[in-house]
Amino acid sequence: MLHSRHMTRPEMPTNARAAAIEALERAVGAAHVLHAPEDLIVYEYDATIDRALPDAVVFPATAEEVAAVVRAANAHDLPVVPRGSGTGLSGGAVPVKGGVVVVLTRMNRIVEVDAANRIAVVEPGVINLALQETLAPLGLTWAPDPSSQRICTIGGNVANNSGGPHTLAHGSTVNHVLGLEVVLADGRIVHLGGRVADAPGVDLRGLVVGSEGTLGIVTQATLRLVPTPRAVRTMLAIFDTIDAACEAVSAIIRGGVIPVALEMLDQEIIRAVEPRIHAGFPLDAGAVLLIEIEGLAEAVAVEAEAVIEACRASGAREVRSADTQSERDRLWEGRKSGIGAIGAVTPAFYILDGVVPRTLLPVVMRRILARSAEYGFRCANIFHAGDGNLHPNILFDPQESGAIQRVLDLGGEIMRICVDAGGSITGEHGIGLEKRSYMEWIFTPADLAAMADVRSAFDDAGRFNPCKVLPGGHGCATGHADEVARHLATPGVYI
Amino acid sequence: MQPMKFVGPDIPSLADLQNCIHCGFCLPACPTYIATGQELESPRGRLHLIAAVRDGRIEATDRTLTHLDRCLQCRACETACPSAVPYGRIMEDARASIMANAPAAQPTAWRLRALALRHVLARPAMLRRLLALGRLYSRSGLQRAVRGPLRGPLRRLLPARLARLESSIPVLSAPPFRATGTLTRPAGATARVAMLLGCVHGEIYPNMHEATVRVLTHAGCEVVAPPAQVCCGALHAHAGDAETARALARRNIAAFEAAGLGGSLDAVIVNAAGCGAAMKEYGRLLRDDPRWAERAERFAASVRDVLEYVAGRDFAHDLGPVDRTVTLQDACHLAHAQQIREAPRLILRAIPGLRLRELRTPDRCCGSAGIYAFAQPELSAQILEAKMEDVARTGADVVCTANPGCTLQLQAGVLRAGLDTEVRHVIEVLDQSVRAGAGYAR
Repeated sequence: MLHSRHMTRPEMPTNARAAAIEALERAVGAAHVLHAPEDLIVYEYDATIDRALPDAVVFPATAEEVAAVVRAANAHDLPVVPRGSGTGLSGGAVPVKGGVVVVLTRMNRIVEVDAANRIAVVEPGVINLALQETLAPLGLTWAPDPSSQRICTIGGNVANNSGGPHTLAHGSTVNHVLGLEVVLADGRIVHLGGRVADAPGVDLRGLVVGSEGTLGIVTQATLRLVPTPRAVRTMLAIFDTIDAACEAVSAIIRGGVIPVALEMLDQEIIRAVEPRIHAGFPLDAGAVLLIEIEGLAEAVAVEAEAVIEACRASGAREVRSADTQSERDRLWEGRKSGIGAIGAVTPAFYILDGVVPRTLLPVVMRRILARSAEYGFRCANIFHAGDGNLHPNILFDPQESGAIQRVLDLGGEIMRICVDAGGSITGEHGIGLEKRSYMEWIFTPADLAAMADVRSAFDDAGRFNPCKVLPGGHGCATGHADEVARHLATPGVYI
Repeated sequence: MQPMKFVGPDIPSLADLQNCIHCGFCLPACPTYIATGQELESPRGRLHLIAAVRDGRIEATDRTLTHLDRCLQCRACETACPSAVPYGRIMEDARASIMANAPAAQPTAWRLRALALRHVLARPAMLRRLLALGRLYSRSGLQRAVRGPLRGPLRRLLPARLARLESSIPVLSAPPFRATGTLTRPAGATARVAMLLGCVHGEIYPNMHEATVRVLTHAGCEVVAPPAQVCCGALHAHAGDAETARALARRNIAAFEAAGLGGSLDAVIVNAAGCGAAMKEYGRLLRDDPRWAERAERFAASVRDVLEYVAGRDFAHDLGPVDRTVTLQDACHLAHAQQIREAPRLILRAIPGLRLRELRTPDRCCGSAGIYAFAQPELSAQILEAKMEDVARTGADVVCTANPGCTLQLQAGVLRAGLDTEVRHVIEVLDQSVRAGAGYAR
């Protein structure tokens, strides 16, 4: 049994709970509902530091079953929180108000691939990489490629408007979704957008992409595919300092070349990744840039020369080119394992996601590193430098008294640094639970009220993923620090 | 049963558990997550359950122990993990910390399993008596009657469960390999190695040992088999019986020291990946035993898988052709626990005439996992079925692996799927090539 002192919220009365679970079992079948406390505990997390227990977890297989779950939740006044593989980085799938977690991984069919029209129709539980592997032989790809693509779901990508290294050239998920089938808060199943771009009428598709489960639950997505490039060149530029690497980012783009990916890894990251992945990142480098160019072979060769020149002019010690596919895969493996590798060198870390204008990268990085040093924390950086999308990671030990609070304070300050530089509080991880309190830094009260109105129009009762995205909300804590304090201030909760 | 807590000296450490950052990268590598789609059957989920039991947030109920039990301990998650979580030892520690509860409090199935392992595998006389029954089954012709030439009619009379169990019985027609002492001393030998015979291995797959001795001879090694050696204790450690595992480790260390470990011996050679992985961890197993810790470290450092060892020596001379199409199932405890992937491929590619066709997922567990095939028959069968589809797709007539447990499971899979594929240890195929070579003298 769960000890009550660790419960994150008052339990539902036993008979109300039993009735709710019975209704959920009717909706999806008893075999597809979890409600034992020792089972629910593995649905209290995503890939962030936030934790909260649901009352039940359901695994629907069809849109109709999702709709039935929503109706049952409405009848028993339970919050509804959709979940894919639980790899989110903003607490989006953490059920802060309890309720029903709707896991969509059983809905994992690739319904259709129309290669001639470059369209794929998929269910939300399809794994990003599984889709890519299906498309590869057809010479097609779906552009969003988050680092978690080997396990994250398309549904999660849509909900968070996910990006990835190749967002620089292709844009984030919203640019690659043509249509959606969505279950609304009243249990209706609706179809938004269509099979062609620019469907007529109000673009509700665009509204739902990135709404993080607050407006509806996506049960099918029609995706826009792009052709696999003819030629690809992946390069590794090695620098003695982060400053020089930041300088090179601007120099490359000033020179007229837009790489499809332009990623930076600093020394902390290199030293975490290299011993495990052997990507070929020099351990003594201050920072490396991973640069990818694609297009027609002739253009790639010319652009690669320009990139190498820009890197050298900014002080690159060396620029290497991956000659084989396996070398290329190795470099990307190093990049995509970067965040995870930090876990090997610290008891815990807090990942941030901010955006700044590319030209201000050097000055913003200096400010962030200086502030982290003042707090006494190490800060590891691995990020999409090309579009100024930072991922500072604060390394800490949660067992140390007061550490969590100081980490959250520093996180807030780093977000503030980004906003003050004319940037934003998220590039791709979403707002979720973590950053709702920072929304006021970017938007006026009127802006936020307009968003809240839209949300109410979709979900008047506020049952869909409560306490996410927008600040405030009935019964929600006022800021992330309060939220985390409430959920984590119990000994022995792992981060 | 009453819900339990972790107790005893092996409680999973905070430092090990904290390495997990919940990124979920292990999920697509986990055979039971792939089969069930359940977080509860994933490495991340199990680590979270273990952490919660460790901290007293939950007690280990029957439900929770079932999830720990369904883990194959294949350690594919360790390969996938970017933050180096030592999952295998966390799981072993967790199971040991359940088994450290008073026997009456232990889950019945766990207690029986530990008893069976302690009184059968760790006792050669008992094991041999049991295997004698199997040998009778094979030699009496009953096994052949069940499996063919009619193959089918008699088999179809068996209930599904029994048929599945029957397919897991190896063909025990060859005499067991029980030789000890000096097994071979070729002229001009440049190394002296000692071989682990294992508990079941030499009894059911004597040809693997014979092939190993012949190949090591070919590679210029003197081979000895210390007579006092015992079972490696891997299965005991996996099942949470740390005490028996430690006792067996001590006996093996002494036995191999008597054969020259730390002196004239160059390496301890193991041709069962599961045993090799466990023996490479003797140092950790005995770390808290002041009289044995150092000796255990030295022993562990000298352990080599036979493929790892042979690939590093001059083995490719005078090989004869083997005209077969071969696919390779990476033994989990070779690929994931010992991180050896290149050696078996290097050896197979060196064999003239042999065509190597890779599986789609060569390093995904076949569902054997020690005694898992018997403890979790449904899930094991489901995992095996997917594996056999992968094998069939390659069109190979031999599927190679590097562990007797995998061999047993794959042979059952071949039988159930109605394939004609032969199951062999990589070393047996190399042996075939050695014997077909020009320089081979009988």
